[in-house]
Amino acid sequence: MNSLPADRRRRKYFLSNVYFLFLAVPVIIFLVFVAYMVFYLFRNGINVISWEFITRPPERGMTAGGILPCIVGTLYVTLVSLIFSIPIGVFAAIYLAEYAPNNLLTRMIRSAVRSLAGIPSIVYGLFGVALFVRGVHLGLSVLASGLTLGLMNLPWIIATAEEALSSIPGSFREGALAVGATKWEAIRHNVLPFAFPGILTGILLALARTMGETAPILFTGVTYFTRELPRSPLQKFMALPYHLFALATQHDQLMKARPIAFGTAAVLLILVLMFDGVAFLLRMRIATANKWQV
Amino acid sequence: MSPEGSVNSPAKLATKNLSVFYGSFQAVIDVGIEFPACAITAIIGPSGCGKSTLLRSLNRMNELIEGAKIRGEILLDGKNIYQLNVLELRKRVGMVFQRPNAFPLSVFDNIAYGPRVHGINRRQKLTEIVERSLKAVRLWDELKDRLDQNALGLTDEQRQRLCIARMLAVEPEVLLLDEPCSALDPIATLHIEDLLRQLKEKYTIVIVTHNMQQAARVSDFTGFMLLGKLIEFGTTSQIFTRPQHPETENYISGRFG
Ligand SMILES: Nc1ncnc2c1ncn2[C@@H]1O[C@H](COP(=O)(O)OP(=O)(O)OP(=O)(O)O)[C@@H](O)[C@H]1O
Ligand SMILES: [Mg+2]
Repeated sequence: MNSLPADRRRRKYFLSNVYFLFLAVPVIIFLVFVAYMVFYLFRNGINVISWEFITRPPERGMTAGGILPCIVGTLYVTLVSLIFSIPIGVFAAIYLAEYAPNNLLTRMIRSAVRSLAGIPSIVYGLFGVALFVRGVHLGLSVLASGLTLGLMNLPWIIATAEEALSSIPGSFREGALAVGATKWEAIRHNVLPFAFPGILTGILLALARTMGETAPILFTGVTYFTRELPRSPLQKFMALPYHLFALATQHDQLMKARPIAFGTAAVLLILVLMFDGVAFLLRMRIATANKWQV
Repeated sequence: MSPEGSVNSPAKLATKNLSVFYGSFQAVIDVGIEFPACAITAIIGPSGCGKSTLLRSLNRMNELIEGAKIRGEILLDGKNIYQLNVLELRKRVGMVFQRPNAFPLSVFDNIAYGPRVHGINRRQKLTEIVERSLKAVRLWDELKDRLDQNALGLTDEQRQRLCIARMLAVEPEVLLLDEPCSALDPIATLHIEDLLRQLKEKYTIVIVTHNMQQAARVSDFTGFMLLGKLIEFGTTSQIFTRPQHPETENYISGRFG
């Protein structure tokens, strides 16, 4: 092979560095922003956080005390939403990826799912009012909010799970079928276990989003203040993101409530990061267990 | 009408007027061929002539492709395969693919996969099967201390042998191999061919290959396909030394394909 003249080669080399910079700079800018935001939040929030803060209800018009009801409420609705959306979402994804015939209807369903994932959450909130609060008479409650959030998650979970399933090579399925496995056996043994990390990632991303959403719970069950923890899923509840919103904008003594707002934000962030961390560890464990994913 | 592909040995597997369609496109046209028991039959022909399609019809794997349809008959021991349960059929007629598709599981679990699917769960029985299957493909000595190792860490040749062992583990009667050596180096290819020669004592083997030397080296019978039709069928020595059809001769002497 004859090589390029030296100056052309140098130029090419130079250009490839320029392209690399073009691609790297946005990433760096993004990381700087995120790092600054996290740092800012923690600097203002961290000294508010104490054992008291996470184990006591708010006091003195929410300028003192803790945020226990908000933490419990957020975890509670998130749990309800996942119980609703994981099974339905994963089964729907299995159907779409493995069983549905490749025809117009399937393609329409698929693009509808993609579009639903992009609908603003406030729309889900209003839909939740109509369907769950009024329609099914759940009232303003954990259940109504959880189901609304679950509905919002559903297209996300379906789309990511379907992608995870489709990324498993067809040869895994063929190999199983060729020794006489049924289609479901092939899927259960040779597709689901290997798609699991991808499905889990989708679920955890949905979970992080769920914990931070305000709009879908706003009209369906979250409340400004309640001293007691929700004992039944038909009660109203407090939640971290709404608490934050209220303290930051609705409170009559904004400056007094400010530290608590920062503390609330920091707790929310820690919760989200914790779940992301769990997801990461799980994925690592699974990836080393089956080297195929790495 | 006597089929084109007929020889004077008992046929284990046969097709009669077999046509296979992808939508409106006919990939296999009226093929009648008999695969003699305990012998190796090679199917050769240029790319796209329908070799894989024919092979995949024999254990109904072609059904998995959307829009694939079949007309005509396929007989296993004289019985129409569509009268058998498809799972039972695939157990009796095993298949190995072009790319070694070992599962990302341990060597043991790869081989135990088939037996487990068919309801064998006793560890002792599975261990026996794994040992027997690995011995049959000459992998036992290499791998007997590494049964827990992930199969993806094996060499290409070991993986292809493992796939053959996985097929043997369910005790099939017919082995279908679609270009089993095309992902292997020449030495590994010769090893697999040796293996096939040993296996033919017990199994009826059908191998699709692009490699005419391979067909000449390993097979007892050869069928030549062109544009979906079976042009000629006969003993391998006859096909390679005295082909009856000019197209066969052209292909074998390397003038096209
Ligand atoms: N899924 C499919 N849908 C439509 N047409 C197909 C499909 N698979 C194969 N074909 C067509 O059917 C014909 C036969 O294909 P087949 O794969 O059986 O050929 P082949 O002889 O195995 O070729 P190769 O040597 O390249 O593997 C080809 O013309 C191919 O384009
Ligand atoms: Mg082929």
